[in-house]
Amino acid sequence: MHKENFDITLDNLSKIEGHAGIDISVRNGEVQNVKLRIVENMRFFMESARGKRFNSVHQLVSRICGTCSTAHLMGCIECIENIFGIQPSGQAKALKHLTMNGLQIRDHAMHLFFFCLPDLYGKDSVLDFKSDDEKELLHKALHVKDVGNTIGNVIAGRAIHPTLPTIGGFLHAPKQDDVKKLIEMIRAEREKAVEFVDLFYNWDKRLERDTNYVASRSDKIYNFWEGDLMDSRGFCIPNFSFTDHLNRVVIPYSQAEGFLYNGDTYMVGALARMNIGKDTLHKDTRHDLSKYLSVFPSRNVYHNNLAQAIEIVHAMDHSLEILETMEFKDERPPQVEPTQAGGTGIVEAPRGTLYYYLEFDGNGNVGQANLVIPTAQNQIMMEKDCGRAVQACIENGMDKEEIERELEMLIRAYDPCMSCATHFLQVNWKEQ
Amino acid sequence: MPKMRVGWITFTCSEDSTMVFLELLNKNFFEWDNRMEFAYCKVLKREGSVLQTKDVDVFFVEGAISTDDEEKKLRHIRNISKYVVAVGSCACTGMPSAQRNLFDKAMQAEIEERLLKHNLRKNVEPINKFIKVDDYVMGCPMGEEIFVKTLNKYFTLFGV
Repeated sequence: MHKENFDITLDNLSKIEGHAGIDISVRNGEVQNVKLRIVENMRFFMESARGKRFNSVHQLVSRICGTCSTAHLMGCIECIENIFGIQPSGQAKALKHLTMNGLQIRDHAMHLFFFCLPDLYGKDSVLDFKSDDEKELLHKALHVKDVGNTIGNVIAGRAIHPTLPTIGGFLHAPKQDDVKKLIEMIRAEREKAVEFVDLFYNWDKRLERDTNYVASRSDKIYNFWEGDLMDSRGFCIPNFSFTDHLNRVVIPYSQAEGFLYNGDTYMVGALARMNIGKDTLHKDTRHDLSKYLSVFPSRNVYHNNLAQAIEIVHAMDHSLEILETMEFKDERPPQVEPTQAGGTGIVEAPRGTLYYYLEFDGNGNVGQANLVIPTAQNQIMMEKDCGRAVQACIENGMDKEEIERELEMLIRAYDPCMSCATHFLQVNWKEQ
Repeated sequence: MPKMRVGWITFTCSEDSTMVFLELLNKNFFEWDNRMEFAYCKVLKREGSVLQTKDVDVFFVEGAISTDDEEKKLRHIRNISKYVVAVGSCACTGMPSAQRNLFDKAMQAEIEERLLKHNLRKNVEPINKFIKVDDYVMGCPMGEEIFVKTLNKYFTLFGV
């Protein structure tokens, strides 16, 4: 295929969350033009949030995305608690950690096992796993995935659109019998999760490049809810000033906007978190997975999948420690006295840093709402990597069909979520 | 042994019912895999356009309709499917994707440019506005028990 001219158009990228396509032009053997199109139809949740009461808006924004619903709900709650100066109790903090851990397990497992696993076996779909060995592997995968789902059900009331987290705490504490069963379940399935770390570690897929990474980091413990925003060059970003460092990029062929960080490309997500915070993983995770952790910091985008598999084990270990050391009892969330105020909240969604900004009027109703979504932040880097990947494919003599499969695999490695990506307001940020 | 041919598609929505479906696979994957095959399911396998899909027994549709392209695909789905089931609140009622239909004039004006730019219709509609729907699995996300009951009804109907 050297020196050839050809175009690639994929309108219906599969095994990702939501809808996207890509167009690539190759002229004289060189990639000329790459357009990653996020074609998820806008649903205008940020506009719809206006006028909503402070204690109901988290349930509304949960509906932005099915798979990331817990992240939106918890990010919104975090933002509102910051704005009104609410300090959750120790139990509420523990339940937040558990809720976010359950989300990461469930969501990473869905992505790794339903979307990526077929790539490792040269198959199109888990539906094509027919041998006994493949079925056994899938059986293990479903068990690991179910741990995340069960944590969501027991702790947050539901894994998709949780019902129990609220401003300042949780409406009910988990029942002790359910906690006991959950501990037994996690203990029983942890070894299976470790096997998948080994599987993704041995997947010899590589696209290395230099970029910056941004993620929350807490010296106390690796987690998805509290910490300080850091970049991989060691700069600590005050959470409230995150958007001061972002440059909004209008992408005319995409329904989502892209972002640069201080004028340069960057990446958020599991790879960013692992590159920035692997030393803060749970001690049992570090002990059992030291061989696999040695690859981080990594420049290889496919290690985002390995990082996700490691995060599943960490989320299990961290959850076990909380569940085995705490006794839960129902407690009343603190009373909230809304004032006219605005502020920010940040959580680590499965796909990366999710930023909420809300303003309230004196009656506790939303005046303005805005978001910075992980997939929108990764969009520019993803597009550039697609160009790099196609160029490498051309140089390796791959045919067009092989290139198309490589492209889909690469985009899946980012684990994009298109449902989220189209949510933003047109604000006056630094524009490129 | 013949299997029931199933389609699964999402239009304008959060895909939360698709997520619930994937969660239900945790415990039902092997049983359902013996009783049905996917004629179209982009979230689980590589697919071209749904307009190329034919001969479906039951098509599950999540999401509301907000573009001409979605309406065209929805009408095709009706033509090639023996039964169409709306799953989740957006497909069944339009909401919450249709909440922009209720925006006041100022907010409508604010979003108008983006509607035009991305060929989005003025209003978002539930799927029964365009086609006959045979069953509804309500909820945001869809109710798990109702979905399983509905699926089992079609398993019985198709003798699988």
